[in-house]
Amino acid sequence: MAILSTGQRLKSGVCTTEIMVITAPQEDLDLTCGGAPMTSNGDESNVSLDPAFAEGTTIGKRYVNADGKLEILCVKPGQGTLAISGDRLKLKDSKKLPKTD
Amino acid sequence: MMLLEMASSAFPSRRAFYDPAADKSISYEELLHAARIKSQVLRESGTQRCVLLDTTNLGIPIALFSSAWAGIPYVPINYRLTLDEIDALLERVQPAYLITDRDREPRYRGRSGLHVATREEFRDAGPINSADDFHWSMEPDEIAVLLFTSGTTGIPKAALMRQRHLCSYILGSVEFMSATEDEATLVSVPPYHIAGIGAILSSVYSGRRVVQMPQFDAIEWLRLVREHNVTTAFVVPTMLARIVKALEGRSTAGLPNLQSIAYGGGKMPKSIVARALELFPDTEFTNAYGLTETSSTITVLGPEEHRNALSSDDPDVRRRLASVGMPLPGIELDIRDAEGNSLPDGSHGEVYVRGDQVSGEYEGRGSTLDSDGWFCTRDAGYIEKNYLFLEGRSDDVIVRGGENLSPGEIEDVLLDHAHVQDAAVIGIPNDEWGESVAAVVCINGSVSVSELQNWVRDRMRSSRVPELIEFWEELPYNETGKLLRRVIRDRLSN
Repeated sequence: MAILSTGQRLKSGVCTTEIMVITAPQEDLDLTCGGAPMTSNGDESNVSLDPAFAEGTTIGKRYVNADGKLEILCVKPGQGTLAISGDRLKLKDSKKLPKTD
Repeated sequence: MMLLEMASSAFPSRRAFYDPAADKSISYEELLHAARIKSQVLRESGTQRCVLLDTTNLGIPIALFSSAWAGIPYVPINYRLTLDEIDALLERVQPAYLITDRDREPRYRGRSGLHVATREEFRDAGPINSADDFHWSMEPDEIAVLLFTSGTTGIPKAALMRQRHLCSYILGSVEFMSATEDEATLVSVPPYHIAGIGAILSSVYSGRRVVQMPQFDAIEWLRLVREHNVTTAFVVPTMLARIVKALEGRSTAGLPNLQSIAYGGGKMPKSIVARALELFPDTEFTNAYGLTETSSTITVLGPEEHRNALSSDDPDVRRRLASVGMPLPGIELDIRDAEGNSLPDGSHGEVYVRGDQVSGEYEGRGSTLDSDGWFCTRDAGYIEKNYLFLEGRSDDVIVRGGENLSPGEIEDVLLDHAHVQDAAVIGIPNDEWGESVAAVVCINGSVSVSELQNWVRDRMRSSRVPELIEFWEELPYNETGKLLRRVIRDRLSN
């Protein structure tokens, strides 16, 4: 459990997934990837990928929780699934914007 | 750095930047590698800034990313300034690693506080101690870029953008890997312009190849678009005006591959946009409004709105061609009076903006954001049905007999006249009114002062009618398309 902050980088302990926090609420969150906690150095050597959380992450995609208060960006893809207290994060719909520069 | 690392891992061998003059390109993987090597070079130099005094070339993205890796601010300086002006800016940023061209290099070599490298020396430079490899910082508060504002009103201010501002801008406006391998963008804005920085970052994140253009020329621009299958481009108003002029007499530009043109960086005459839409029938147009202090674009008028504005019978929809559009996601706008009170929709006031990409911070004077995070753009404008309309800098507002008149509003009316190509309205001292309205216009064909005065009188309150109108061959702009009202004021008072 931890309070996440914007710009914070976290790694999965069970796959290659890495994320960056875009927005986070001021509350303790249990962010996991592949069923294991995400940490700043990805050090979680005693656990392995939970097959129930193995749908994978996609680079450049944004993931949000149910109330939309947490938004994270996948900066390195992996096999695990992102979740908060067991609830899977959802892919955020991207709104297509015109190119500006 | 994170943006480049992502691009490099997703499409390592894709061409990232292409310099047509040298016929050389660099891939994302090569760019990441070069950023790593040069970050060590920067670090070993012991300097605290990476200053770039050079035209666009392949070394520019390397300088930007290696600075980020080394954790020092990247400072591109306007090479068109006078030598004295450049010296004054260099004083403010040393100790610095200065990258410049061979012609300029002798002037700076050996000067204290500067570690000088030519473009070629920087390209070939490697670290002395290669064991001294380090990873880039992930500190979002680190200063990424220092940009000197154009200083049209005084001493240039050093606006600073932290990693988190630029990152917010890119994440909020660009979809990762959204470009296909055959897409290319032509970047003709100079490296010291915020749009030049924005172009590098958004192209890298979207995976769109950048075709570099060091010196804008309309004919050359059209040739590069054709020869290199350019699909998108950003231009400032003067560039689009010159492109339109270069195509005089043609019915279309014949560039069906050019999917989109974005324009911004100054006020664009409506007639130029309308003409450009005819010349580029297959191209989508986007108007982008932003400031250095807001990490580039904050509002966008999209392609659909451009088309609708031309074809609609609804005057509100037609007027939108003069608007800069609606805010990007994550950006809030507010219009306030001189005392800072929020004004209702439709009221004229100053434009305030808030959002994660808004820095509003200058070196030496700290943040100018208010306690709620709002930044005052000093641009005058109003919001109508969510669309932002700009009316020039708030300092340019004309106060005539206690009434505030917006130059932009009067310019728009003048520009609607078929024979008016360009127009600038300024206030001149007047004994009776404090200030009175003067206009300088560029015309094609024949039109008299009284005709233009009547034209304005028929469309606006009589206080807006210019008492003085002069006809000039052209209006003074700086090289990135900003109208130099100060120059007009000086010339008129003589």
